[in-house]
Amino acid sequence: MKYRQARWDEPLLIELSGEGRCGLTLPFDPELSREVGDVLETIPKNLRRADIRLPQVAQPQITRHYIRLSQMNYSVDSGTYPLGSCTMKHNPKIIQRILANTKVRKIHPEQPDEYTQGLMKILFELGTMLAEIVGLPKFSLQPAAGAQGEFTGVLMIRAWLKDRGQLNTRNEILIPDTAHGTNPASAAMAGFKVIEIPSTEDGLVDVEAIKAVAGRSTAGMMMTVPNTLGLFEKHIKEVINIIHEVGGLMYYDGANLNALIGRVRPGDIGFDIAHLNLHKTFGTPHGGGGPGAGPVFSTEELGEYLPKPTLEFDGQRYRWCYDRPKSVGRVRSYFGNISVLLGAYIYCLLMGRDGLKDASALATLAANYLMSKLDRRYFDLHYFLNIRCKHEFVASAKVSALEVAKLMLDYGVHPPTIYFPITVPEAMMIEPTESESVEELDNYAEVLNKAAEVASKDPKAAAEAPHNTATPRVDEVRASHPRTLKVRW
Amino acid sequence: MLVLNLSKPYQPNSAPNVTTRMLRALGLNTIEELYNDIPDDAKLNRPLNIPEGKTEGEVERLIEETLRQDLAPEPHQCFLGGGIWTHYVPALVDEVISRSEFYTAYTPYQAEASQGMLQALYEYQSLICDLTGMEIANSSMYDWASAAGEAGRMAVRITRRRKIVALRNCGPQRLDTLKTYCDAAGVDVVVVDYEHKKGCIDYSTLKEKVDDETAAIYFENPNYFGVFEEQAEEICKLAHLKGALAIVGLDPTSLSVVKPPAEYGADIVVGEGQPLGLYPNYGGPLIGIFAARGGQKVFRQMPGRIIGETLSKNGERRCYTMVMQTREQHIRREEATSNICTNEALCAVAASVYLAMLGSSGLMELGRRIMESSHYAAKKLGEIKNVESPRFTPFFKDFVVRFLQADPEKIYRNLPKYGLVGSQPLGKDFPELSDSALFSATEVHLKKDIDFLIHSVSKEVEDK
Ligand SMILES: Cc1ncc(COP(=O)(O)O)c(C=O)c1O
Repeated sequence: MKYRQARWDEPLLIELSGEGRCGLTLPFDPELSREVGDVLETIPKNLRRADIRLPQVAQPQITRHYIRLSQMNYSVDSGTYPLGSCTMKHNPKIIQRILANTKVRKIHPEQPDEYTQGLMKILFELGTMLAEIVGLPKFSLQPAAGAQGEFTGVLMIRAWLKDRGQLNTRNEILIPDTAHGTNPASAAMAGFKVIEIPSTEDGLVDVEAIKAVAGRSTAGMMMTVPNTLGLFEKHIKEVINIIHEVGGLMYYDGANLNALIGRVRPGDIGFDIAHLNLHKTFGTPHGGGGPGAGPVFSTEELGEYLPKPTLEFDGQRYRWCYDRPKSVGRVRSYFGNISVLLGAYIYCLLMGRDGLKDASALATLAANYLMSKLDRRYFDLHYFLNIRCKHEFVASAKVSALEVAKLMLDYGVHPPTIYFPITVPEAMMIEPTESESVEELDNYAEVLNKAAEVASKDPKAAAEAPHNTATPRVDEVRASHPRTLKVRW
Repeated sequence: MLVLNLSKPYQPNSAPNVTTRMLRALGLNTIEELYNDIPDDAKLNRPLNIPEGKTEGEVERLIEETLRQDLAPEPHQCFLGGGIWTHYVPALVDEVISRSEFYTAYTPYQAEASQGMLQALYEYQSLICDLTGMEIANSSMYDWASAAGEAGRMAVRITRRRKIVALRNCGPQRLDTLKTYCDAAGVDVVVVDYEHKKGCIDYSTLKEKVDDETAAIYFENPNYFGVFEEQAEEICKLAHLKGALAIVGLDPTSLSVVKPPAEYGADIVVGEGQPLGLYPNYGGPLIGIFAARGGQKVFRQMPGRIIGETLSKNGERRCYTMVMQTREQHIRREEATSNICTNEALCAVAASVYLAMLGSSGLMELGRRIMESSHYAAKKLGEIKNVESPRFTPFFKDFVVRFLQADPEKIYRNLPKYGLVGSQPLGKDFPELSDSALFSATEVHLKKDIDFLIHSVSKEVEDK
């Protein structure tokens, strides 16, 4: 397919600015003005603002500016976007319509509870459905994204240890080397030492290595299942036993749950705490980087450590419960990213019990199908010789993954996640999701193979790609070099 | 086979003939075979206890019905503030962030295909720098509270000290979050009481608490009571004198009338971008503003994503990409400056559209309108018998009202009968203010709206 992304020479807003213009008028009530006099005079003199430098642009030009920018932005609604670990599935448009029209927008979070019972019911039902999916009964909808869910989870481990007088002795969190960077970063933020666990040849966590380090200093372990290679950790129950036996807790990173809904529940196999990424698995859009939502789930026993407030239901009324002496506290203000939560609720209702389970199966089918079409001359897929991948897989490119990715951009598809996990050379992590049709999967495989062929046969052409995007290859070195770094106009 | 042998609208390969064809290509007969590697004892052997799927129309109706009883006041009927405020949200803001090219994209990992989002975020950072006077802003944190937490930790990294001094007249939820973030790093948060008579910082009490262990002072301007901190400059000086940083938290609309915090000495500015074009939305999504100054040594300690301007490799085009990623978790892992990955990018775009629409003169106008409304409301509430308002001055948008006879809790609970919300009782977080409540008014509140508030509050005050 010939592809051309729009390529506007779009000025910066500040360059569009012209003295005296504006894009919005504000209400003015002369009577009210008269009543209060010159309010600006009440501001302490030493704090008053002398001038403001902001762009001055009229509405038509602002509109065009952003429409042009949007045309220079690839999205799931533009085409295949199989970023591994990101679950870029279609976002049912009914979600957007409900969110755009809902009265929830107007509700201030400090409004009395008795006037938001409907909304609280929705949130409670969402928490309950997700808890059923995860297999852990207690929940908090507060965290704003997956990483904040992780932070919350490790804080809960910390609080639990503190209660047992073990915080000083148990200060290590075990994390596989295939884990996402947020896992070690979250554990470190909560004051833990990170012990990296290697993977074995077959891409699974090394159980012997866990046995070797698990012990009295173990606070817990964070695991992603299926792992970021797309493999189900078949020794997971053994791993969980080891950690529990030495007195640690198990944390489940739910970023990859799109493989397993309705088939495996992290709580059933022994995980104690988990987060979900609603902006991945539960059909809400990613917003070009956010907002997301990262609700956290736990066992009954650990529920008392969840952030405050928690949402409670006594059979008649819903209420926010602040009386939680053992809680880790707040990780943000208010109750959570409500519109994302509401979107995930809509998604769950649309899909239902069977639809959710089928979506996972179809995502897994798509990943396996796509993998089967990859040209083994260019992609090493040795992890998957004797085993089915789950919702994603990692191909090790025999050429530069970066060049393959840049070449792919010229075909109107988005390349996979590259160079993650860090354990695989030239990693290309591919997660097509259940939204891609078989025709699109065939096309994607063709583009991957073609790009790899060019990268191996014509390095010069590869180095010059892409040509058809809004800009040719970006100079990343210049961008971050201290001498040329430019982070504002 | 699949549980439901039916084609489903969001899953093209659910068409039975397609599923079969794909399975065949893999040499499989059933979809279950894809899960043969999972040990049986790890599998769930019953259906999930979740209702069956519904149609789009059914879901839309169900949501509408569930929410029917809830009160959703119009912006001009809402007098609550404290961290989320009602402002006019321009139609163009909604329009821009409804472009699915923006909202269905992921984080811009492939710069060449994501120039639109990258430029929009670069503009957001620049606008925040213009507003605050800082040198660098990141492309968003989750919200003001977590931004304050990250700012505290950044100050600890820069100064290598382990104490944050925070003011008690900051937002209680922000202080709670700051403590959560700092506790986890073994950093003490010392909370210093304010001047009870005036609502502002008590400089001499503060001075006693700041020492050479202090990494930063965190204060808000205007503070939680809406009061301008006249001594902002002295407080920043105090911090610097002790080798600490000054972190200022703020509502960005206040920068319409208050000078940029950089000019009075702030080193890090955090704040809540929600009033810049986002709805209250029952508390989220929000957008944490995070900006700093102090050169590249400081830049390297910033949390979160930062977008930079650069050139294409062939030197022909100006373009944008994520910069200084070696600070971030995907590269630095446990050594990263923060764990944040997904942020609030779309909200940052909304804030930029909003600021671009207002422009310099519009923003100045906004500040005046906000203050006219809030001052009129405060004054008129003070004319009600046995009501003292405003309790603290000088103030911006939020203000404290004292009820000498009535119970603020009762007024808060009863205002919805008039279709209004407001009068948030302060006693829970500030026992010394148990007779007081927080009100807020903005440019959306016209004289008649405020008069109706006054009428409603007077009725409640009189009716004991
Ligand atoms: C495996 C994994 N864990 C955690 C995260 C972090 O989630 P979020 O970006 O929502 O903070 C991600 C996504 O980026 C991920 O892929």
